Amino acid sequence: MAQITSLSEGVAELVGDGDTVALEGFTHLIPVAAGHELIRQRRRDLTLVRMTPDIVYDQLIGAGCARRLVFSWGGNPGVGSLHRFRDAVEHDWPRPLELEEHSHAGMANRYVAGASGLPFAVLRGYSGTDLAAHTDTIATVACPFTGEEVTAVPAINPDVGIVHAQRADRDGNVQLWGITGIQKEVVLASDRSLVTVEEVVDRFERVTGDLVLPSWAMTAVAPVPGGAHPSYAQDYYDRDNQAYVAWDAISRDRSTFGDWLRDELGVSLDDEPAGERGER
Amino acid sequence: MMTVAASRALANDTACFVGIGLPSKASNLARRTHAPGLVLIYESGTIGAKPATLPLSIGDGILAETADSVVSVPEIFNYWLQPGRIDIGFLGAAQLDRFGNINTTVIGDYDDPKVRLPGAGGAPEIAASCGEVIVVVRQTARSFVPELDFVTSLGYGRGAGDRERLGVRGRGPTMVITDHGVLEPDPGTRELTLTRVHPGVTAEEARAATGWELAVADDLDTSPEPTATELEVLRALEAATAEAVESTPSAPGVRT
Repeated sequence: MAQITSLSEGVAELVGDGDTVALEGFTHLIPVAAGHELIRQRRRDLTLVRMTPDIVYDQLIGAGCARRLVFSWGGNPGVGSLHRFRDAVEHDWPRPLELEEHSHAGMANRYVAGASGLPFAVLRGYSGTDLAAHTDTIATVACPFTGEEVTAVPAINPDVGIVHAQRADRDGNVQLWGITGIQKEVVLASDRSLVTVEEVVDRFERVTGDLVLPSWAMTAVAPVPGGAHPSYAQDYYDRDNQAYVAWDAISRDRSTFGDWLRDELGVSLDDEPAGERGER
Repeated sequence: MMTVAASRALANDTACFVGIGLPSKASNLARRTHAPGLVLIYESGTIGAKPATLPLSIGDGILAETADSVVSVPEIFNYWLQPGRIDIGFLGAAQLDRFGNINTTVIGDYDDPKVRLPGAGGAPEIAASCGEVIVVVRQTARSFVPELDFVTSLGYGRGAGDRERLGVRGRGPTMVITDHGVLEPDPGTRELTLTRVHPGVTAEEARAATGWELAVADDLDTSPEPTATELEVLRALEAATAEAVESTPSAPGVRT
C-alpha cells in the first residue's frame, strides 16, 4: 500500500545520493515541485532519467544534483535551449554531465521493458543514425523467427520513479487523465515510486478515459497542490507559458540562475562542499 | 512563405505527425483551408487534434481536449508511427546535408561540442517510418552543410539505395521547404535539387545560402504568391493564439 506522506518526507525517505531517479511527465503533469525538493535536500550524483528533460531538469542540473542524464530530447518546449544543460555539457558547469542519449521511441520502449519485467525491448529505430555509435545501450538483435535485424534497447528500472497526478483517495490510489505520457510505465518500472497529487479526496469519481494507479503498485503519495506548475494539470490549471519564456532569460546566465535558486528555493551555489564545483 | 508552402504540401485526408512551431502552424493552416480532413497527430499521444489556437508545446491541454483519441507515449510510437500508419512527418533541422540527412544533436565534436542541441526526440523514427517526410528549415550556408557533425535522423544516407539497404520503410524526405524555395530529391541520385524558388528569390541567392554546390532543376519553378485567404486565415490563427497566451493564468488555481 502506498503511504500518504508529505513531499519533504517522501523525498527524504525514497531518494538517496547516487540514485537513478526518473521524474516523468510528457508536457502535462510534470512533477516540478518534487524536483525542487530534490534541490532543496541537496541530492548529489543522481542519474536523472527522462524522455524530455525540460526546465525542472535544467534547474536540477544547474544546481549540481546530476552526474548523468539519460534522455531523448532536452529543450525548453516551445521556447528554445536549456541553458543550464548546455552549460553543463559545453563547459562542465557546475560539474560535468555524462549523457546517455536515445530517441523518444527508444526511451519509451526501455520503460515498457522495465515495467514488463523484461531485460530489453525491440523496436524499429536508429537505423542510419549516429546515435548507436555514441550510446552503449543501443544494439541490434536478429528476430529468432525470421532473422530480420531489429534494434534492441535495455530496460530502464530506476531506483525511484516520480510522477505527478490529479488526485488520490485516502487509501493512496491515484487517478490521472489527459495526456498520460509515460507515467504508468515509469511507476511500474521503478523499484520505489513517489506520486505527487493535486489533492487527496475521500473517494474519487471516475473520469472517462482516466488511468488509475492502484495504491499497492506505488510506495508513497504526497499531496502537493500546484505541484506541476509551470506545466499543467488537466482540469485543474493551464500551462503557464509565460514561465517557460521567462526561464530562458533566468537560465542564460550563471549569476541570474544563482539568484533564482536562492530566491525561489533558498539554495546557494556557494554552499557546495569544496572541490565539488567545476571551474568557473 | 515557408508556412504557406508547407501548408500546401499537405493533402486532405492524410495523417500528419506534427511538431511545434512552423509545422504546427502550417498544418493548422492547411486544416482551415484546403485540407479540412487532415489528421493532426502530436507525439504526446493526441490523435486527431483540432485546436482552436496554436499549441505552444506538443502536449498542450488544448490538443488533448480536442483530439479524437489520447494515447500513451509508447502507443503513439509503437502502434501508430512504427507500422507506417502516418502519411507525413514534419521535421526541422539545425544542419542538413545534400541527401536530406538531419542533425539536431550537436554542432562540433560529440564529446566536446561547440553547441549542444536538444537531441533526437521523435525524429529518427519519424524520418524512418512516416510514409514521407517534409523538412522545414531556414536555408543558410551554416545550416546547409557538406558534412553533418552528427546524423540524428536519416534522409537518403549517402544516396540512392541506402534507405532500402538499411531496411527503413518510409520513403524519406520528399520535400525540403526553406525560406528560399523548395528542394526535392533527384529521382536517380536522391541528391536534393532546387525545384522551386519563392517569389522574389533567385536561384543564385539559394546557391549562395547553401554550403555545397546546389543542384538546380532545368525547369525551375516559382511558388505561387500566398492567396488572400491563406494570409487572412494565418493572421487570424496567429492573433487568436496571441490572445490565448495573454490570458493564460500565471499561477495555478483550481479551475471549477
